Amino acid sequence: MKVALFVPCYIDLIYPEVAIATLELLEKHNIEVVVPLNQTCCGQPTANEGDQKNSAKMEKVFAQNFQDLNVDYIVGPAGSCVKQIKLHFDAIEQTEKVTAMRAKTIELVEFFTDVLKITDFSDLSFPHTVAIHNSCSSIRGLHISSRSEWQEPRFNKTEELLKTIQNINIKHINRPDECCGFGGTFCVTDEAVSAKMGQDKVSDYVGNEIEYVVSPDMSCLMHQKGISDKEKTGLKFLHVAQVLNNGPF
Amino acid sequence: MKKVNIEKNAAAFIYQDDVHVTEHDKNLWNARVKRDKAASEIPEWEELRNLASAIKEHTLTHLDKYIEQFVENAEKRGIKVHFAKDAIEHNAIAYEILSSHNVKNIIKSKSMLQEECGMTPFLEEKGINVLETDLGERIQQLSGQLPSHIVMPAIHQTKEDVAKLFAEKIGTDPNDTDPSSLNTAMRNNARPKFLVADAGMTGGNFAIAETGTFVVCTNEGNADLTASLPPLHIASIGIEKILPKVEDLGVFIRILSRSALGTPATQYTSHFSGPRAGSTMHIILTDNGRSKRLAMDEFWTSLKCIRCGACMNTCPVYRRSSGLAYSATYSGPIGIIIDPTFDPKKYSELPYHSSLCGSCTEVCPVHINIAEQIMDWRKVMMKNKEVDFSRRMAFKAAGVVLSNPKLFRVVEKVAYNAINILPEAITENKTLDPWAAHRKLPDVKKETFRDWYIKNRKSNEQ
Repeated sequence: MKVALFVPCYIDLIYPEVAIATLELLEKHNIEVVVPLNQTCCGQPTANEGDQKNSAKMEKVFAQNFQDLNVDYIVGPAGSCVKQIKLHFDAIEQTEKVTAMRAKTIELVEFFTDVLKITDFSDLSFPHTVAIHNSCSSIRGLHISSRSEWQEPRFNKTEELLKTIQNINIKHINRPDECCGFGGTFCVTDEAVSAKMGQDKVSDYVGNEIEYVVSPDMSCLMHQKGISDKEKTGLKFLHVAQVLNNGPF
Repeated sequence: MKKVNIEKNAAAFIYQDDVHVTEHDKNLWNARVKRDKAASEIPEWEELRNLASAIKEHTLTHLDKYIEQFVENAEKRGIKVHFAKDAIEHNAIAYEILSSHNVKNIIKSKSMLQEECGMTPFLEEKGINVLETDLGERIQQLSGQLPSHIVMPAIHQTKEDVAKLFAEKIGTDPNDTDPSSLNTAMRNNARPKFLVADAGMTGGNFAIAETGTFVVCTNEGNADLTASLPPLHIASIGIEKILPKVEDLGVFIRILSRSALGTPATQYTSHFSGPRAGSTMHIILTDNGRSKRLAMDEFWTSLKCIRCGACMNTCPVYRRSSGLAYSATYSGPIGIIIDPTFDPKKYSELPYHSSLCGSCTEVCPVHINIAEQIMDWRKVMMKNKEVDFSRRMAFKAAGVVLSNPKLFRVVEKVAYNAINILPEAITENKTLDPWAAHRKLPDVKKETFRDWYIKNRKSNEQ
């Protein structure tokens, strides 16, 4: 199987280790991975602002990078960016190539549980107390876990992958699917509310004696870690790919 | 009208002390938890939500027919029905009815429509005394504030706030913060006034086309006293409140209170089917922007709203802001998508007061795609240039950088240098950077993933 790696802009810049972990993890499972080197951003920051004009410019670049590749899937280690491609990404013309590209874009956790159907990571050991943070985009946009607002069968694909790891202690916090307040540009334009939401999320981890917060979405963790470090809680934050690939940390 | 600065209002609520925001968040989250439990006890819950949504969509797309049917049947029952195209007409009609009965004192139960029309200040200016009979609404009336929540109007106030208010306004002991004794004190103060009121005004939760009757749901029974004690009852009902049949009501009564407070039904579900002997009943069927909204492709489904407040209870942003921050009749997620239809300039910032978490859409008992409509309002605001110039320019700059791969690489390096070379005094200065007030900046790596990839996997480069 051949996939293209979608590296969100902030991961390229701030969390290169997450992209490395994702690349290595895919290769470990015999996936051929290509990396388009001129990718920038999926357009989510401007799209979320309602700025279709500027989103169109970024969507065009994304399409130039990905639409002509001969790959089975486009895999991204970021729920909110993948959601942007799959559910929004409507500022440019929806050609056949664009819709096909959008349809084969998939988030990393789901790529493992639903496409590869690989959920056994029992060769790993992670002797820590872990809380899973599935982002709002991952839960309510991509449905990588069930939604607490719905009367529907309960599932959590991130947990499915992590729970097979030896010695891992996965703990559910009090409000696991409450938004942490990152929200993209919201975190700076609505600083007081965003920070309060983040502080409440961090208190929830601390109150439940969590050591590591593991998420398929690094953007939420960037905000949560910022709050946590300011409060000197000692909490550690990792992308799910770093845990499943056993580094780089 | 001056633009509402919702971010500033929310910050003021958060920073006033440690108590208010914590209590507010806790109380409303509890309502959400109770709602989840109540929903889980009904095996056909999701079927009910689908049905409720379908009934509303059917009714709204055949509204002309059902309005005619409702009016015809209501008038057969001796109810006088008036049409008001907007708030001004609504208030004028109400005043005309009241003055023709020489009304000096009215009691009213909670009505979001009457709030929307600014009816109380209008009538008070005309010399009519207005008394709110719902406890929360009465607290808000005495506080001189708008209701901050559709179902729990004074939820942003603590019992200490209420004790202080009642001490000032009705002479209770300021140190007595016991909710039950505060409730009794207000009851003793207000009930005698109920008995001498000349008219009662209510809203209406549902109006049934096939019968011409309407239903009011309350937990305090105050709407029943309001409607039954005085000889004149006026109900203000929005045109979107119509349901085709009585049997439809079963669906809505089952989901309304479960969604709102997690209780099986409101304590009182009162059906009004015509005036009592010797009394008069009027309905003011009001549009006030509703038919305009019905014609808006992206936003018409907001008319399905049954005013349960579930979207407010679940909204993490609302819970930290309080409803007053919105400076509007409707607050929370539903407010964000309704308020701009009344005044797009005044409420242009509201759609940005959301982390887009989407819980509002998922919790809504009539499946209004609230989060999507918040995004659509942002598109409208950006297109109509209602958004601040600096904000628009920032995203124009982002657009230039992020759509140019070469420039993006340059800016990545600049970001690295900015964060790693500048002293913390600059990077963590709140006025320069709202990120840093409560958060550490992330480490920006000298080597991006792209750098690493070119160095380590060049053979794979394409």
